[in-house]
Amino acid sequence: MPANRFNGFTDYGIGIGLRIPHYSHIFERQPVVDWFEIISENFMVDGGRALATLDRILERYRVVQHGVSMYFGSAEPLNREHLTRLKRLVKRTKTPWLTDHLCWGSVDGRYTHDLLPMPYTFEAAEVTARKIREARDFLEVPIAVENVSSYAEFHVSEMTEWEFLNEVVERADCGILLDVNNIYVSSRNHNFNPYDYLEAVPEERVAQIHIAGHSKFERYILDTHDHPVIGPVWKLYQHAIRRVGATATLLEWDDRIPSFDEVQAEARKAEEYLPAASPAPAASGVK
Amino acid sequence: MKLAELQARVATAIMTPLNASDGIARRTGGGKNMRAEVGALIAPNDRLTALERLEIYSRSYWFRILDSLWDDFPGLAAVLGSRAFHRMAQAYLSECPSLSFTMRNLGSRLPGWLAEHPEFTGAAHDLALDMARLEWAHIETYDGPERKALGPEDLLEPGPDLRVALQPHLALLALRYPVDDFRIDANHAKAAEEHSTASNTIGGPKRRSLTSRFRRTRPQAIYVAVHRHEFSVYYRRLQREEYLVLEALRAGKSIGEALDMLLSDDGGAIPPEALGSEVERWFAAWSQMGWLCLP
Repeated sequence: MPANRFNGFTDYGIGIGLRIPHYSHIFERQPVVDWFEIISENFMVDGGRALATLDRILERYRVVQHGVSMYFGSAEPLNREHLTRLKRLVKRTKTPWLTDHLCWGSVDGRYTHDLLPMPYTFEAAEVTARKIREARDFLEVPIAVENVSSYAEFHVSEMTEWEFLNEVVERADCGILLDVNNIYVSSRNHNFNPYDYLEAVPEERVAQIHIAGHSKFERYILDTHDHPVIGPVWKLYQHAIRRVGATATLLEWDDRIPSFDEVQAEARKAEEYLPAASPAPAASGVK
Repeated sequence: MKLAELQARVATAIMTPLNASDGIARRTGGGKNMRAEVGALIAPNDRLTALERLEIYSRSYWFRILDSLWDDFPGLAAVLGSRAFHRMAQAYLSECPSLSFTMRNLGSRLPGWLAEHPEFTGAAHDLALDMARLEWAHIETYDGPERKALGPEDLLEPGPDLRVALQPHLALLALRYPVDDFRIDANHAKAAEEHSTASNTIGGPKRRSLTSRFRRTRPQAIYVAVHRHEFSVYYRRLQREEYLVLEALRAGKSIGEALDMLLSDDGGAIPPEALGSEVERWFAAWSQMGWLCLP
């Protein structure tokens, strides 16, 4: 859905991840970009260059926050310091919605800094949904959770990944950041049909879509964000767009990052699949 | 199995240090047989065993945090050498796993931990400790908070009762080795290595020569302010007396109290008659660099 309550009723087009190697290009050339996605944790600091850079970006561009360490799926309570810093950043960026992953990564206050897959159990769904609700109430901004790539499955799982996603978002009444590359990667690693997954996603909850590249190894696929998007992932994207409508889409490219123009060109391939999209105004995204 | 128990057991398996071949260890940190433990938690598929699936996460965890520590402490890596740094980092991260949502804080406990573990630094203990302190201060200074600075116009007639505070991002260090210069050299070497297409062939010998040069250096007491100017971090050498006054101001003493402390300092190298002009010069420099602010 182009605009819904899970993305703050916005109608954003194609975004690009804001990355350090592109800073000078962005400030010198001021390219037209619908919106930038930032990694929240990179800017949850007290001062210095990161915040000054962000403020310069905010002068000209729309920004959406994407987090990597909220760990809604960890059994332990939310980290209050994290939430407090995140809220400060939300006020600074005025992000219309906020995303993080449907995963866990911390135990007893110890952080793995990874996006670990959930055991797909009803208990885990309830714990995760409760924490999403708590975070949303504290942050006062819509939250969408992203399906992660995974390389392992737990014996205790009681349902499929997409059933678990549905359980969580229904209980939390939150949005979905649908990562079609992650669906593809996990489908290959766990032998399921990615279209079954897409068909099960409640389209009215999709706030945003992620696309990315990955790395193929002999016996598994790794979500590395260091390649262009492959054909089968574009096909999944096309299918997703047909189901949910033109939705804010972001290309992730986090390693071996090419030039800004190259990343932007790759991201704009998504336009081909967005016939019904209502892109942001001509100077799209530029305030 | 409850969620909390499952996550605790999986995390223990993932966070158990890798073996010498960078593979998953045979026993978990809790002493259990790794294969049996992982097999009880994770399902295999038609291509990977349960252990191989978990190993993807374990390797990723260790590579990520070791790389991060290496990035944050290039000077310490140069002091210790690559292998010793790797051994030290693995031991530190095993005992002091990340307690923060950001990897920025991964090295926060390293100086304290290193002081308690001379077995990882050998003869270079003091040098390594100084470098670790400097490099952690560098991180804190880089993105620490900044308050409105007092300018020279605010300090035209500073009376003895005036109390001023120091910028929160300013770090003051008393060190036994000239690690400020070493850190700059190590950083240049690391940057050159990263930009070199032939880093595998020239990086090793360059690093080793840096390590050996650092280790040959004799102790030299220095006082350093790690400060930030226009978002870049700088090291500024301080006179001992200058350092002591700044420390006193940071402790909340008035300007008069700080100077009295200096006058009664036996180890002072500044003659009493020169002290006035020196203090004037210090304050002018500090305010110019934006180090002073209201308490």
